[in-house]
Amino acid sequence: MRKIEFREAIREAMQEEMRKDPLLYLMGYDVGEYGGEFRVSSGMYAEFGDRRVQDAPINENGEIGLAVGTAITGCRAIVEIPFMDFIPMAMDAIVNQAAKFHYTFAGQRSVPIVIRTAQGGYIRAAEQHSQCFENWFVHVPGLKVVMPSTGYDAKGLLKSAITDPDPVIFVEHKLMFPMKFEVPEEEYTIPLGSADIKKEGKDVTIIATSYMVHLALNAAAKLEKEGISAEVVDPRSLVPLDEEKILESVKKTNRVVIVHEAHVRGGWGGEMAAIIADKAFAYLDAPIKRVGAKDAPIPFPQVLEEFILPSEADILDAVHVILKQ
Amino acid sequence: MNLKEPILEIEKDVVLKLYETMLKIRMFESREKDLIQTEQEGFAHSYVGEEAIAAGVCAALRKDDYITSTHRGHGHMIAKGGEMGKMYGELYGKVDGYCMGKSGSLHIADFELGVLGANGIVSGGIPIAVGAAYSSQMRKSDQVSAAFFGEGAMNQGLFHEAANMASIYHLPVVFVVEVNHWQCGVRYETVYHRDVINNIAVRAQSYGFPGININGNDVVEVFKTAKTAVDHARSGKGPYLIACYTYRIETHFMGDIDIRPKEEVDEWRKSDPINDLEKRMITEGIISGSDIEDTKVRVSELVEESIEFARQSPAPKPESALEHVYAKYP
Repeated sequence: MRKIEFREAIREAMQEEMRKDPLLYLMGYDVGEYGGEFRVSSGMYAEFGDRRVQDAPINENGEIGLAVGTAITGCRAIVEIPFMDFIPMAMDAIVNQAAKFHYTFAGQRSVPIVIRTAQGGYIRAAEQHSQCFENWFVHVPGLKVVMPSTGYDAKGLLKSAITDPDPVIFVEHKLMFPMKFEVPEEEYTIPLGSADIKKEGKDVTIIATSYMVHLALNAAAKLEKEGISAEVVDPRSLVPLDEEKILESVKKTNRVVIVHEAHVRGGWGGEMAAIIADKAFAYLDAPIKRVGAKDAPIPFPQVLEEFILPSEADILDAVHVILKQ
Repeated sequence: MNLKEPILEIEKDVVLKLYETMLKIRMFESREKDLIQTEQEGFAHSYVGEEAIAAGVCAALRKDDYITSTHRGHGHMIAKGGEMGKMYGELYGKVDGYCMGKSGSLHIADFELGVLGANGIVSGGIPIAVGAAYSSQMRKSDQVSAAFFGEGAMNQGLFHEAANMASIYHLPVVFVVEVNHWQCGVRYETVYHRDVINNIAVRAQSYGFPGININGNDVVEVFKTAKTAVDHARSGKGPYLIACYTYRIETHFMGDIDIRPKEEVDEWRKSDPINDLEKRMITEGIISGSDIEDTKVRVSELVEESIEFARQSPAPKPESALEHVYAKYP
């Protein structure tokens, strides 16, 4: 099968859907001729032109508010906010407008928008360009949250997100853009709310999101050499969440480590851990462990950034600790 | 109030409709002031004194044109054709309300009428109106959008972002600023530079589209200006801004404390838009005194029927609180 970059998979999903729907558009600063800050929309402006692939001023709140207005009057919108760190600028449009309309208007209209944004560190981009906020949006009823870890998942999930009638936060990761993955030539979709077992195992369940899936797979390979069989579960979407598949894995292995790049405190790991403790308590042979960034802003130099952000070693440590119990 | 040029150059039907719309809003809001403090829950924000703006602008719009408004949104909804029974229904939180009772006053909407929602965030509706105009452009439609908001909201960054995008994308949007002098409990003169307070429309210049300051209590002036603005937008000339100077006769929300000097409020009552139009219509022989009384009785009866309709409507079932969170789940 052909291998393409994560960014190309995302691009293909947008191109395929935009060729089908003339009222679907992409907006964001630098998405036009520049091709996007992470080169995701390269070539799209040449194909679709103004208004369909529309450069915007730097006005996150306004452009998502605009997207809501288009979405409730017959269009579909993809808004690219290149760094997730810029999303706080748009919180009103996302939380008070997009998330609320279908509900507060009792179903008169829905808001079919996708907000694509890239999170994450490990690139010395420092405090205001390295953050992960997915849990903020998990907390807002009315929003859906998708976090693919491979190009295959990204393309299939993005196509579903685009045709979904509700607002979706589609979280990409800066480090994954150049990574290559097998992606079929033929069209396919992946439904939201379906988790994926990235590696089967029986001794411990490692639930990981986004780039952490790759750290978890590396850690799992090392664990195999120690005779520990880890199962790596990728939720792929946090809302809707495939609780069934995740709990199935927990009931099989009886031990859980949850890994995300966001800070541990208040991170999605707490939400997932509470669900497991509530619904699979009798199956647990050890406390649930969470691995994430330490609770400090993400600093600039490599030596400090690596200290704060989660590593393979952190995952291995967590697994070792709960296997001793 | 000075008599302006005769209003006969606007068709008599249009003038009578403007009058009736303003009356409907006035009576709706006046009755609501009692109901919100006795039979209803939550909060309502009175549009009394500002009726000419909603009536005048909406009369210049088509049914399929879009509007967004704010927490003070009952007037715009009525002027756009909203049924008062379904509006009261919503304010009572009943299932026959426009949003099945789920929204209440703040986000009342009817997409069939092009009302894309009142909004509880004062500038929240402005980019949404601009988005509806972007959509209109994408669909090659000649629909126009109007965004209603207060001068308080105009200081939020969202206004700037929305106005700028409307201008650079050359969108058919009319921005209607209701300069009602009070930003909740703060005088607007303290949040605008002295060089701007009597010329709020000047802000449009920074985006390169026309802006005009008018007397927002003169429904004829509002209507004529709105027609110019709407035609400008509909004919592809881009956005337009109208700063309508008016006064918020009632308090920020119905039942709120009033820190304004009584003399100030009384002075503004003398410029009541409805009284003004009545006088002019009689002077110019458009309507007789008894016709005015008949209209008032008719509208008053309609308002009472609407209230009764809302009272009789059932309350929503508790479990319905979990409906509509998503259009599709998972």
